[in-house]
Amino acid sequence: MLRVTETEHVDFSSELLSKFGEIVKRYPEGKHKAALLPILHLVQAEYGWLSPASMERVAGYLDLKPIEVYEVATFYTMFFLRPQGKYVLEVCRTGPCCLVGAEKIMEHLENKLGVKEGEVTADGQFSWRGVECLAACGMGPVLQIGPEYTFHENLTSESVDQLLVDLKNKDLSI
Amino acid sequence: MARKLLLEHINVPGIHTFDVYRKQGGYRSVEKALKSMSPDDVVEEVKKSGLRGRGGAGFPTGMKWSFLAKPEGKARYLVCNADESEPGTFKDRYLMTYIPHALIEGMIVSSFALGAKTSYIYVRGEMMPQIRILEKAIDEAKNAGFLGKNILGSGYDLELYVQPGGGAYICGEETALIESLEGKRGNPRIKPPFPAISGVWGCPTVVNNVESIAAVVPIINDGGDEYAKVGIGRSTGTKLISASGNLNKPGVYEIELGLPVEEFIYSDEYCGGIANGKRLKAVVAGGSSVPILPANLVLKTVSGESRLMSYESLAEGGFQSGSMMGSGGFIAFDEDQCIVRNTWNFSRFYHHESCGQCSPCREGTGWMEKVLHRLEYGHGKMSDIDLLVDVSKKIEGNTICPLGDAAAWPVASAIRHFRDEFEWHVSNPKEAMERNYGIGNYADPLPANEVPVAN
Repeated sequence: MLRVTETEHVDFSSELLSKFGEIVKRYPEGKHKAALLPILHLVQAEYGWLSPASMERVAGYLDLKPIEVYEVATFYTMFFLRPQGKYVLEVCRTGPCCLVGAEKIMEHLENKLGVKEGEVTADGQFSWRGVECLAACGMGPVLQIGPEYTFHENLTSESVDQLLVDLKNKDLSI
Repeated sequence: MARKLLLEHINVPGIHTFDVYRKQGGYRSVEKALKSMSPDDVVEEVKKSGLRGRGGAGFPTGMKWSFLAKPEGKARYLVCNADESEPGTFKDRYLMTYIPHALIEGMIVSSFALGAKTSYIYVRGEMMPQIRILEKAIDEAKNAGFLGKNILGSGYDLELYVQPGGGAYICGEETALIESLEGKRGNPRIKPPFPAISGVWGCPTVVNNVESIAAVVPIINDGGDEYAKVGIGRSTGTKLISASGNLNKPGVYEIELGLPVEEFIYSDEYCGGIANGKRLKAVVAGGSSVPILPANLVLKTVSGESRLMSYESLAEGGFQSGSMMGSGGFIAFDEDQCIVRNTWNFSRFYHHESCGQCSPCREGTGWMEKVLHRLEYGHGKMSDIDLLVDVSKKIEGNTICPLGDAAAWPVASAIRHFRDEFEWHVSNPKEAMERNYGIGNYADPLPANEVPVAN
C-alpha cells in the first residue's frame, strides 16, 4: 500500500538528473509528462522501489502534482510501492507457461527461498512473485530478474537452483 | 522451404548489427522510398499489398494509414505498438531481439509515408533488454545517416525514440497505449475520435504493430503487388506465428498464410508434432483472447475441409465452430491438460489486466475468475456453468475497449466445446482434484506418434 505520510528526504544524483534531462528532450515542448514512466523506471532501478518521497521528488522535477505520479505508479505492475529484495525474481504464471510447468517452478522457488510470494528473504537479497505473461511462451517456463530484467528461459528446478547460486555469488552477467 | 520475407536472414551471424544487416540488403527500402517515391506512393503500395494489421485485429494497414488526418500546422505521429503481452504471443520480442533493424527500417519508411517527423516505439517495460537493443540499433542507423536531419539528402527529417511501458496488458490497446505514452494511466479512450484524427497529444496518430511495420520493408522492396501474391485470398503475405504449449518444437515461425494447420503442427519444418508422443487435445490459435477449439475442429472445419492458417479459414464457422487468427499466438494443449484450469488461468489474467474503467469488465472478469476457481477446486455447482456463459455475454460488447470481449470469448468457447469436462468437475470434485479429465471424446483421437503430414 502507498504510505503517503512517509517523509524521508530524497535527493537524486546529478547523474540521474542528467539522464532525466535527456529523456525530457524526446517530447515536444510542454509535453514532458510523457517522461514520467521512463523516469520512474530509472528511479526504481536506483532505489529498488518507489518511495512516496521519491515520487514527490519526481513530481517536482516534472512540474506535476504528486497525485499524477501516484496514480501512474499504482496503475502499472512493474512499479514497486514497497521495498523489495535486491533481486526480484518474477515467474510467468500465465496459461502457456503453466502448460509446461510454471506452477512447479513457483513452488520450487517458494521452498528454496523460504518466503511467500511478495515477501523478502531475511538477508534482503531476494523477493519473488508470479507475474502475467512475459511474452516468451515458446521458451517457458520463464522468469525475469529485476532491476536489470535479465531473462531466463526453459527453467527446471536445477536451473533455478543454479541461478540462485549465481546471484548469491553476484556473478550475474547481462 | 516456404518463402520468408521477414526472417530470411535471421540466421546470419551478427544480423542484429547495422553493418551486417545492411550487407544483407537492409535499408534498401528507405533508399527507394525517400529517393524515388512520394509518401502517397508508399501508402498506395501498402494498400495494394493487402497487408492486415498483425497485432490481432487484422485491419488493413494501408486503409488505416489513409484515414490519417493531415491538418495544416499540426504534427503527425507514428507509434509502434511493441507492448506485446497477449498470452501465447512472443513474435515481436523475437523480431526485436534478433533482427531489430527490420523494425527500425520499417519505422523510417512508414514515418515517411505518414509525414511523421517524430516517431515512438512503445515497448512493454519488462522488455528492458529489447529496449537496450533497439536504442543501440537506432544509434547505429542515425550514425549511418538513416535517421536525423535530411535523411539521405532527401530533405526528410525523422527522430525515433523508444518509450518503455510499465507492465500493463491494456496498453496494447491503441488508445490506452497513447494515454500511457503521454505519461498517464493506461485507460482506453472512448472512440471516436479515432487516433487517426486525435491521438498522441491530440495530434493525428497511427499505431501499428511491430510485425506490420516490419512487413512494410518487403512491400516497398518488391512492390505491393508482389507481396499480395504470397498467401491466400485476402490473407496476403507471411505471418509470424508464435507456437507454444505441448509441442516438440515451440518457437517463432514465419509461415506463408494459407498453410494447413495440420502441416504447421505435425511437419518437421514447423512444430514437429505434439511433445512426448501425446495426442493433441485443443488449440488456441491466435493468442489467449480468441476462442479455444478442440483438436478435431482446429484441423478441419465443420464442412470437413482442411483448416488453413489464414484470417478467413481460422474464422470459418464463426464462434460456433471457428476461431480467429488474432496475433498468431498458437497454443497447443496435449491430452493431459485441464481445460477448466486453463480457463481459470486465463480469466485470472484478464481480471488482473482489466483497467477497471468499465463495470462489466471490472466486475465480470473477477466474477468469472472466482466461479472458475471454485469449479477447478472442487466447490462448483452445475448452475455455475451457465452462470459463466451469462456473465461472459454481459461483458461482451459492453465495454469501451476489446479487453471485455477478449475476456469473455475464452470462457464462452471453452464451455461451448468442453462442457462435459466442466460438468465432470462438478460431479466428480474429488477425482478432479487428483487427476485430469483427459482427452475425452470431443477431440479428434489422432493416434499417438502417427504423423500425417499434408505435403
